[in-house]
Amino acid sequence: MDAGSIPSSDLTFRLVELNADYARVIDEQRLEAWPDFFTDPCLYKITTADNFARGMEAGLVYADSRGMLQDRVSALRQVNIYEQQRYRHIVGLPAITGREDSTITVETPFLVVRIMRTGSMDLFASGRYLDRVAAQADGRLKLNERIAVCDGSRFDTLLALPL
Amino acid sequence: MDSFEPQHNQPLWADPGLTRIPYRIYQDPANYAAEQRRLFEGPCWHFACLEVDIPKRGDYRTTYVGEMPVIVVRAGDDTINAFENRCAHRGSLIAFDDGGNVENNFKCIYHAWSYDLAGNLKGIAFEHGIGGRGGMPKDERRDIPGPRKLRTTTLCGLVFVTLSPQTPPIETMLGEEIHGRIKRVLKGPVRVMGRFTQVLPNNWKLYVENVKDTYHASLLHAFFGTFRIGRLTQGGGVLVSADGGHHSSYTIDLASDRNSTAYRDQGIRTEKQGYELADPSLLDPVPEFGDNIILQILSVFPTFVLQQIYNCLAVRQVVPKGLDRTELHWTYIGFADDTPDMNRRRLKQQNLVGPAGYVSMEDGCVGGFVQRGIAAAGSQDSVIAMGGAGTASDATRATEASVRGFWKSYRSHMGV
Repeated sequence: MDAGSIPSSDLTFRLVELNADYARVIDEQRLEAWPDFFTDPCLYKITTADNFARGMEAGLVYADSRGMLQDRVSALRQVNIYEQQRYRHIVGLPAITGREDSTITVETPFLVVRIMRTGSMDLFASGRYLDRVAAQADGRLKLNERIAVCDGSRFDTLLALPL
Repeated sequence: MDSFEPQHNQPLWADPGLTRIPYRIYQDPANYAAEQRRLFEGPCWHFACLEVDIPKRGDYRTTYVGEMPVIVVRAGDDTINAFENRCAHRGSLIAFDDGGNVENNFKCIYHAWSYDLAGNLKGIAFEHGIGGRGGMPKDERRDIPGPRKLRTTTLCGLVFVTLSPQTPPIETMLGEEIHGRIKRVLKGPVRVMGRFTQVLPNNWKLYVENVKDTYHASLLHAFFGTFRIGRLTQGGGVLVSADGGHHSSYTIDLASDRNSTAYRDQGIRTEKQGYELADPSLLDPVPEFGDNIILQILSVFPTFVLQQIYNCLAVRQVVPKGLDRTELHWTYIGFADDTPDMNRRRLKQQNLVGPAGYVSMEDGCVGGFVQRGIAAAGSQDSVIAMGGAGTASDATRATEASVRGFWKSYRSHMGV
């Protein structure tokens, strides 16, 4: 389906829905459903505003296939050791920054509160998602690319769950 | 004597050996202050930046030597200077950015006092007053010391600094073996691929011990155990410098380990049978150093780390931020002549390290577990006796020799 044919107001609404679903999947610990928000291949990267502005490519997390996203999830479930924690995403409104054929570029701000086993609730990250969103044959919107650009550069202890 | 008496008058470290480490060493504020004087301002070399960070005259970066803020600046093709980032007037930071270019001088924003590229005080705003009134008296002007200057040295593109006139040349200090292992990895001009900071909820020494702890790697990190990257049953060993302070551990891929069941036999959780990556391109390394070493972790006393895990290269700088808070400054690097394929390979393998690293995330939390675990154990000791009591290099990593080496050097510098 051609995303370019979706009227703007509908598109904004559907992007809001996409982000709401995305946030709930992570915040409710249904991580196995997270890779399905992406096309395959794709690009998912977590970086900082400073690295991004300087054109530095490295990410804290760097995945260019849905398989690599699934590996993040299975490693968190089966391999890695970290203190129990969860997130609360507050995702702002999407600003559509470009439309070409089947792809939409979108910028959306986010805040993530991290809730630790000990009960502490701290602002863990703020930033913006820079997305390339593609409409699939069934009409569903998927992330072809999501770069989570964090505003700051300091990460407390560890970053386990995806942003 | 009542054993519950406060212990303030007891020496910090009574036992002369290296196999028992008093937990108070991670908790004592007076000792923390002494570390700044004796280690960070003492006769040690401290990593400041990469040469490639400051390629042109006037290029600078700001960094820390322990708690001390420092400016590192290139003054010429072969001249890199470093001085304390503190104005001689009122103590303000002179530069308050991560880096940039200043052409010929730094100017403090507070009262516009200026410094040349060597850190010499060059200008005082309204030094001669206005209309014959005010200004800086001549004899006062003579007595104003500029910011403290540090000596600099470069090694394979790394810039190190030291405040002490006594610090021996870095090559002498490291010894040929460790120096050779730095040259092995930093074989050509590097490029920076990204920088990240991990904030650790523990004393800085707990992280440095973790880096030197060859015993933990494949026991804590299931990723290492499962994918046979750093297993104790693989080939490899640990090199420790004569003074104990610097080390390099390494893993050699051995065919004999590929079917070893030693981990399974001991019931160790870090070999996950049947666990496979959906996309194995994460672990698709190519040899690039002309040998069969797949992993090398190297430290320079007290706070510098150079890491090679397959094709994933990084330098790490450990910056103390108080007794129980440490910043770990990661700089991911590649080489200037990397092909697009090698670039992509490094980007993927970087998933292993940093705050979200399949391996390094666990090092981010384990120091905090110790710091919290020992909260009420200031009169107790930890046990570091794997492999005996010595600090010599060994052809196994089932030893804590390089952790003891750290403490050998630490005790000698600190006088504890």
